[in-house]
Amino acid sequence: MEEFTLTSQLFQYLITGLTIGSIYAMVAIGFNIIYNVTEIINFAQGEFVMLGGLIMVFLHVAAGLPLLLAFPLTVILVTLVGMLLNRLAIRPIRQPSVLTLIIATIAASIIIKGIAMFIWGKDPFDLPAFSGRTPINFFGAIIQPQYFWVGGFLVAIVILLTFFFEKTITGKAMSACADNPDAASLVGINVNHMVLLSFALSAAIGAVAGITVTPISLMEYDRGAMLAIKGFGAVILGGLGSFPGAILGGLIMGTIESFGAGLVHSGYKDAFALIVLLAVLFFKPSGLLGSIEITKIKKF
Amino acid sequence: MPKKFVLIATVFLFFMGAVIAPALADSYKVGAVFSVTGRTSFLGDPEKKTAVMVAEEINKAGGINGKELELIVYDTEGDATKTNLAVKKLINQDKVCAVIGPSLSGTSMAVVPLAEQFKTPLVSCAASYKITWDDKASKPRHWVFKTPQTDTMAVDAIYTHLKARGIRKIAVMSVTTGFGKSGHGELLKLAANYGIKVVADESYGPKDTDMTAQLTKIKGVGPEAIVNWSVGPTQVVVLRNWKDLGMTKIPFYQSHGFGSRKNIELAAGAAEGVYCPLGAVNVAQILPSGHAQKKVTMQYMNNYAAKYNEPLSSFGGHAWDALHLVAGALKAVGCDRAAIRDYLENKTSGFVGQHGVFKYSPSDHIGLDKDAFLMVVVKDGDWALAK
Repeated sequence: MEEFTLTSQLFQYLITGLTIGSIYAMVAIGFNIIYNVTEIINFAQGEFVMLGGLIMVFLHVAAGLPLLLAFPLTVILVTLVGMLLNRLAIRPIRQPSVLTLIIATIAASIIIKGIAMFIWGKDPFDLPAFSGRTPINFFGAIIQPQYFWVGGFLVAIVILLTFFFEKTITGKAMSACADNPDAASLVGINVNHMVLLSFALSAAIGAVAGITVTPISLMEYDRGAMLAIKGFGAVILGGLGSFPGAILGGLIMGTIESFGAGLVHSGYKDAFALIVLLAVLFFKPSGLLGSIEITKIKKF
Repeated sequence: MPKKFVLIATVFLFFMGAVIAPALADSYKVGAVFSVTGRTSFLGDPEKKTAVMVAEEINKAGGINGKELELIVYDTEGDATKTNLAVKKLINQDKVCAVIGPSLSGTSMAVVPLAEQFKTPLVSCAASYKITWDDKASKPRHWVFKTPQTDTMAVDAIYTHLKARGIRKIAVMSVTTGFGKSGHGELLKLAANYGIKVVADESYGPKDTDMTAQLTKIKGVGPEAIVNWSVGPTQVVVLRNWKDLGMTKIPFYQSHGFGSRKNIELAAGAAEGVYCPLGAVNVAQILPSGHAQKKVTMQYMNNYAAKYNEPLSSFGGHAWDALHLVAGALKAVGCDRAAIRDYLENKTSGFVGQHGVFKYSPSDHIGLDKDAFLMVVVKDGDWALAK
């Protein structure tokens, strides 16, 4: 057998960690968008990822649509689910407290999971990789082409979101709702619309995460909860509400898991991520990039 | 008034008796408890379908000694309490001759005391050896039998194959669920018996997206083979990672949980050359025509596909074995619980089932050994018998 050096091993851990971390980061961004506008932690965030993967499998593999058509169609369908979630589960609640709304999202996630189980059954599904499965050898480490797609989409999402929040009126209006919903509605921003938009956006991002990760890890109806938990960890690690924090948190979580599993023991890999999370919260309760001031004025 | 009442009651009872008596005389009742719905329905659903099918086949062929086989199935939902209630009902209200099932080791353990207490034969369809083995008394439980192979047998089958190939250093991977942990324990325990050294011991969660890190570590250690113990998507993902990392020179062994063609499909080419131990029922088509189980497995496969229009699951085979064993006993001794038990223990040796040729004895209520597993290798996207 050929030599397999420690350097290439370390490199392999890094690449694997960054890929999985990118998925966590996408979930984390989804959490943040909704949190920033509504202060709700949307626990159905993982279900968007699951739906993204499974709807894509249905459109691309079962219905035979080409990738370029199935991709946007899947994102649109999941976005609609996100908007329905807002309309049916969040909006109808009278005199909502943040806690009630969070519980409503948990209920919604259970319902979505149940419906997905009815439609697709319990078996995992596969999606062909976007550009083949021939692994690329890079300094002794093996990279699946799909890894680049995951990383690429994370970068694309970050660029688009930055542009959206910094340069467009709608984006700025959303940021305004995040800062102060009452003041925002006083200056004529329709807060309800912004909340709807936040659900749509984070559903769309969840769908992208699901579509890109399915060729690597398969997808089945109950995968959402685990991804939501990991994504939530990334949000807390990076600082609730901070976009750069979400990305950093996701990548750190993924990398720690990968190195922990490889260098120490795979049985404790989830524990390493949690230990780092706790340590960060101990020294900086607002998360790596979160700000204490903002945390204080938020209800949750 | 009382006279009239007595008269009516007598007439009533007489007719009732007339109605009940033939029903009693014309059927043998067998109870079945499976997790037909719920999280473990992948076990209970094919088991129920199989049992219903087998009962129909027996009745169509004239029943047992001219009497109908009446199968009463209750759903346990995989819940220990519900299983317990269902079995109590079967024994005390339905007055069944014997009970087959439950589907899970956990639910089986919950009803083992009932079988002993009410002196009713129970043929479990779950894996753990503890179901039939009383650790304290160090002997089999008097009233309890089971049909599936145990993890120990699967590990024995794999290790026998490894030893024959001269492999001494292996890496073990397992999922952190009950199934994975049980297999993991057996793998570590039995390795020394075969002169095998476990040089790497890695694990992963049931919902993990990637096992590259674990495999990278294993690749660095350089074992001669990898044995993986998991079910569900992870056992497919781990194969893809294995192939992507260019580790196909290290032979890969899966547990008996890999026994579905769907897994080969999902692995998208990465399952090629992978070994796993499977019961004959999984691979009916490729059995040589002289194989003892060729006939029963082919028949079961064809009948199941014709009736339910779906490929059979090996789990259904456990119910097939259990019901046929009980039916055989009923044919020989009739509905006498104690006689059925004695018959199962002493007279069923050589019964050819879906998962092996059974030989129960007073000291063994499992009835199978590692020969109940065939080593199978994935070749050209399908199973082939391994040499």
